[in-house]
Amino acid sequence: MTVQEPTRNRTVLVLLDPATEVRSSALELFTIARSLGRVEAVALEAPTVEVLAQLGAFGVETVHQAELPPSYTGDARHLPVVVGAALAAAVRRTDADVVLAPATFSAKEASALAARSLGAGLVIDAAGVREDAEGRVVATKRVFAGAWDTESRVTTELAVLTVRANAVVPEPAPAAVATEVEGFAVEVDAPAPTVVARTPKARTGGRPSLEEAAIVVAGGRGTDGDFGPVTELADALGAAVGASRDAVFEGWFDQYIGQTGVTIAPRLYIGAGISGAPHHRGGMQASQVIVAVNNDPEAPIFEICDFAVVGDLAEVLPQAAAKIRAHRGE
Amino acid sequence: MRIVVPVKYVPDINADRRFEDCRVVRDPAEGSLNELDENALEAALRIVEALPDDERAASEVVALTVAPADGDLALRKAFQMGVDRGVRVTDDALAGSDYFGTTAALAAAVRKLEAEGTVDLVVTGMAALDGLGSVVPALLAAELGRPALTLAKKVAVDAGTLTVTRETDDATEELSAPLPAVLSVADTANTPRFPNFKLIMAARTKQIEAWSLADLDVEAASVGTAGARTETTSATPRPPRPEVEVVQDKGEGGTALAEFLIRNELV
Repeated sequence: MTVQEPTRNRTVLVLLDPATEVRSSALELFTIARSLGRVEAVALEAPTVEVLAQLGAFGVETVHQAELPPSYTGDARHLPVVVGAALAAAVRRTDADVVLAPATFSAKEASALAARSLGAGLVIDAAGVREDAEGRVVATKRVFAGAWDTESRVTTELAVLTVRANAVVPEPAPAAVATEVEGFAVEVDAPAPTVVARTPKARTGGRPSLEEAAIVVAGGRGTDGDFGPVTELADALGAAVGASRDAVFEGWFDQYIGQTGVTIAPRLYIGAGISGAPHHRGGMQASQVIVAVNNDPEAPIFEICDFAVVGDLAEVLPQAAAKIRAHRGE
Repeated sequence: MRIVVPVKYVPDINADRRFEDCRVVRDPAEGSLNELDENALEAALRIVEALPDDERAASEVVALTVAPADGDLALRKAFQMGVDRGVRVTDDALAGSDYFGTTAALAAAVRKLEAEGTVDLVVTGMAALDGLGSVVPALLAAELGRPALTLAKKVAVDAGTLTVTRETDDATEELSAPLPAVLSVADTANTPRFPNFKLIMAARTKQIEAWSLADLDVEAASVGTAGARTETTSATPRPPRPEVEVVQDKGEGGTALAEFLIRNELV
């Protein structure tokens, strides 16, 4: 998808939560937003100086920073009811035409709640967003484990969409802007649960996150619990590491790819020792290039891949990693 | 304790899932109870089973579905697992409902059940495997004016308070709220039970209560295609992938893999 010039004078709000770092999913959303109209962001906390510089480079004109009631300024600010109330209030304040949010579970709920209170049409997990000839917002989706593409048109004035990672390649704006920060008051009317405890997950330093990575190497039952070869190849490629649900249930890894786990659509997916059960395929079949390594020539994943190696992953992966490192001149 | 568990009959993920005229084809022969709803049913049944005997005797678990008549297949499966009642909301006007239309019908049915007595908890699965939106639990909570505790991997109900542990993309959280509340459970929350012979036999003769939109005081124009705020304009099967290149590893499999990546500019 290339960045088109918008034909309408729209305001597009992008959810930026957290506002202390800019993830690649946010950069993608800004890139899509520029193809639809003027770009503004909604944050639940003060953006840092580094974040503001990046927002400026991506053409974000204004950050609307929610001023929350005292009981919601702590960990509770990330609750979907709070984020949803902030999004709705920001739309009312700016008269925005489009809201874009990442495809995390929390952002999906927040987007749905905002769309509900604003009477807006909602698309979850868009793989692409564009405008049609009549200026309506149209979303493409990849469904049924990547087997079908659908297009949905939003028929309301306001469109709320969550967009999957790797929908576009992030591109800075042709000219940077000076991003303004404006505070605005948010009321939270809906009943919210109490956040008893919240432990942020460490974003593994050095490796990209599974949700957003352009390359993913995943291990399954065939690793027998040794993820060494999987991480070795991942590091040679600068890739994220993932697992099948079986491997996570065994306790070998903490994040699984699947239709109820992390759903990914990277440029390159490499599955090692993963048979390719429907649950797993539902989470990765939209990947652009699929490579599989398995010692079972009958593994179902071979039916959906582009390149297959029938062999022992403990031999194949380190050899591939060495060759790649040599190619890169390391 | 009264618990309502919304369930859905979905195309089997192992079957040939497809669209016709931009609608999901729902073939009763190739469908099943949404697998993730089994986790919700299991969670609901365990909450009731953990109660003292007298409270347990006064408890009720109701499976609820918004579907045409073939939705009964989902309710039958719920009966086999041990729910007490099955309710199906059926109306031609519901066809083509978006997230909000579906939520409106579910919420109206919960309110009708509430007229008989308090509904303490609504328990859902984390997603329906056909749509995978994962937003109906939060919308249902908003519609009912109750707190939402979603994607729980651990669930505890104690003295009228619901506490859950959940994994979001960014954090591990412990949330709590007083009942009544809406709970959604992750697929890691529990292992659903296998129905025993006695319950399978009993499920055959259980009565399913069928309600229409008129029974629920829901306006037909607010749901279905008429009320939907999005419309699917096209649905196309993806072309099959080109012929797969298979390498038998005889000592050079890893090198071949690396060369494939280099050749395709993926490194």
